[in-house]
Amino acid sequence: MPYPIEMQDSVRKVEASREGRLGQSFPRLNLAEKAKLLETYHPDFRISEKTEIRVGPNKGGLAPKELVRLLEAPSRLDPAQVDLEKVDYKTDLLVIGAGGGGVTAALFAKENGAEVLLATKLRLGDSNTIMAEGGIGAATLPEDSPVIHYIDTMMGGRGKNIPELVEALVNDAPFIVDWLTNLGVIFDRHPDGSYFTHMPAGHSRKRSHSVKDITGLEIMRVLCDEVRNQGIEVLEFTPAVELVLDDQGRCAGAVLFNFDTEQYSVVQAKATLIATGGIGRLHIQGFPTSNHYGATADGLVMAYRAGAKMLYVDYIQYHPTGVAWPEQMLGLLISEAVRAQGAQVVNGEGELFVDRLETRDALSAAIIRECGERGEGALSPTGMVGVWLDTPIIDRIGGEGTFLRRFAGIHSRFKKYDIDPIREPILVYPTQHYQNGGIQTSVNGGTNVPNLYVAGEVAGGVHGHNRLGSNSLVDIFVFGRRAGREIGQRIKEVKVGKLSLSHIKTYQESLREAGIVSNTRSPLLLPDYRFEKALTTVQHAKGR
Amino acid sequence: MLNDIVKMIPIYVMGRKYEVPQGLTILKAMEFSGYAFKRGCGCRGGVCGACVTVYRKKGNYQLKVGLACQTVVEPDIYLVQLPFVPANKAIYTVKNLQASDSNIVKLYPELLRCLQCNTCTKVCPMELDVMNFVAAAMRGDLARVVELSMECVMCGMCAARCPAELAPFNIALLVRRIVGKHVIPPSPQLNQRLKEIREGKFNEELQHLKKAEKSEMEERFKDLQAKKGASV
Repeated sequence: MPYPIEMQDSVRKVEASREGRLGQSFPRLNLAEKAKLLETYHPDFRISEKTEIRVGPNKGGLAPKELVRLLEAPSRLDPAQVDLEKVDYKTDLLVIGAGGGGVTAALFAKENGAEVLLATKLRLGDSNTIMAEGGIGAATLPEDSPVIHYIDTMMGGRGKNIPELVEALVNDAPFIVDWLTNLGVIFDRHPDGSYFTHMPAGHSRKRSHSVKDITGLEIMRVLCDEVRNQGIEVLEFTPAVELVLDDQGRCAGAVLFNFDTEQYSVVQAKATLIATGGIGRLHIQGFPTSNHYGATADGLVMAYRAGAKMLYVDYIQYHPTGVAWPEQMLGLLISEAVRAQGAQVVNGEGELFVDRLETRDALSAAIIRECGERGEGALSPTGMVGVWLDTPIIDRIGGEGTFLRRFAGIHSRFKKYDIDPIREPILVYPTQHYQNGGIQTSVNGGTNVPNLYVAGEVAGGVHGHNRLGSNSLVDIFVFGRRAGREIGQRIKEVKVGKLSLSHIKTYQESLREAGIVSNTRSPLLLPDYRFEKALTTVQHAKGR
Repeated sequence: MLNDIVKMIPIYVMGRKYEVPQGLTILKAMEFSGYAFKRGCGCRGGVCGACVTVYRKKGNYQLKVGLACQTVVEPDIYLVQLPFVPANKAIYTVKNLQASDSNIVKLYPELLRCLQCNTCTKVCPMELDVMNFVAAAMRGDLARVVELSMECVMCGMCAARCPAELAPFNIALLVRRIVGKHVIPPSPQLNQRLKEIREGKFNEELQHLKKAEKSEMEERFKDLQAKKGASV
């Protein structure tokens, strides 16, 4: 028994109640109950945690405090440090960010005739995509259809999704599975070649296509290999720090920063695509995060300063099953597929308090209620409160070996801390997982700034207020592909005017006019975890 | 203050000594020591291979390799990160390859130089059986390569240590892509669905739904959820 003595009592209660819970389920929430639960307990509804944005295209709108702090900060780039007369790279398309969205856009733009430069803050492939465990959503089974996928996605998004974007998502999704398969991604398959699929929460059909519990890793390995095979130029450890516009206000490239030599370079591009991913490393409301080290909202900040409109950025997804113990794994994600495979969610007393297949927002709210107001969570020695994901049920239902076959990665990560999820439950608490909103976009990734495109998590609208599981992996490829194709097809007609960074100065002036004094600079580029900040602090667990 | 509640232990980062709280991962211990990562830090969750670290424990002559985000520090551990390996990668078009082993040796002729010394297996931070997937690649057992290499995080340490100068992680990637494209049969169900979408089978209903009242969507969703059956 590797769990510390303080937690063992609760583990025993979970073990004791397990047989009695087999085949049982907690009543599903109806729509009214779900709405009430969200309103009372979901962090998105804590209005005190949001702030009004005082400058820019979304002036007067609300956003999380941590994001507003960056939006209302002066640029880390002093335009005087950059000579726009001296262009270092000239290209058709500059892609900023090399996760799933960026790499897909780069590949399709290249295939459609564009010259592509791919710049990324960390390594090629470093992204939230690579961490995606569960799967990619697409209506490929005979009993499923894009129509049902559409309904599920809209309902999961609380009806706020942009219908045209969802239509594109569900219609293109099966083509993405086909594209990835043809590139050599080894999805879980039946012997006849048909796909093994599972049904994440909020979906009405089995439609998540997985590669064990390393779906994102396998896809990114293949796509990065393909980028190398296609000879696309990649600049690693080279984040963009600001977009460059031309004298007509159209996007015309970016200023890049070499992390190694700390030099700036200027890229002139006929089109620029931002695929910088999410926001997790801002630790909204103090939550731990499942996100990649680089998820610092850089793309939102740069695009916003250049005049791009944001949509739904005040809606953050908290994944209900982030690791709450051991301390070293805090915030890391336990795939939804674990629940799809049968693992129940129980409180510190070993009792069911919510159905395991509620959508992420509702399940997170229920866990926050259980650990906070109801005081029924299990307490760790570091003061972290959580509930149990009863993983041993998986082998109990599916037979010995099921867990290991499906979740070898999860198993090996816990075993390092002497916890065996085949035999012992896992302590979980919601972790900040996904930015539901982002830069407002057309069906082909275009924004209100001419020649500026977005793809992936940095874009907003397709998921409404809440994304369903397995819809992010498909989103990045669908819209990366659409943007890449459109850019490739229209790039030869695009003209670039005189390069300018005057929007940086204008933005700075609007900050001054609004009386905003900031002690920070943005984009952030990387979070600061030095010294005491390396140690986990828990600020969020007490409900409200 | 920290010292009163947590036991501090000495670690050596590239030879320089720091005192850090017991129980931290190498990643967090280096951050606690004041390192701000640019290279050598990625997903922080054990799947990306960015933070591979070479270390030696006190009183032991062996050099070990682990992911900094997954390996817990011990007193007097000596460590250095090795976040980049300039390994060879062949250039190919997967579509034009075939499900045979001849491609593999053509693209990576050095494969046949393997000495079966097992250094790659010993060095792998994911504890994969690297030597055996290299051996499987040599004898053309592609399925076995897939099985043994699936969890590879592409950190490149096998290539860095291989005395025969192979890049096993890239060879395995090639094999997996060949298997995914050319060995596993295509799905008739998927092809049928692609055909239906191309023919516009769902367009009318989607156009209707795009304009439908919220209540209609809620009704249909309720109905779908009620009838959805088992989840796996």
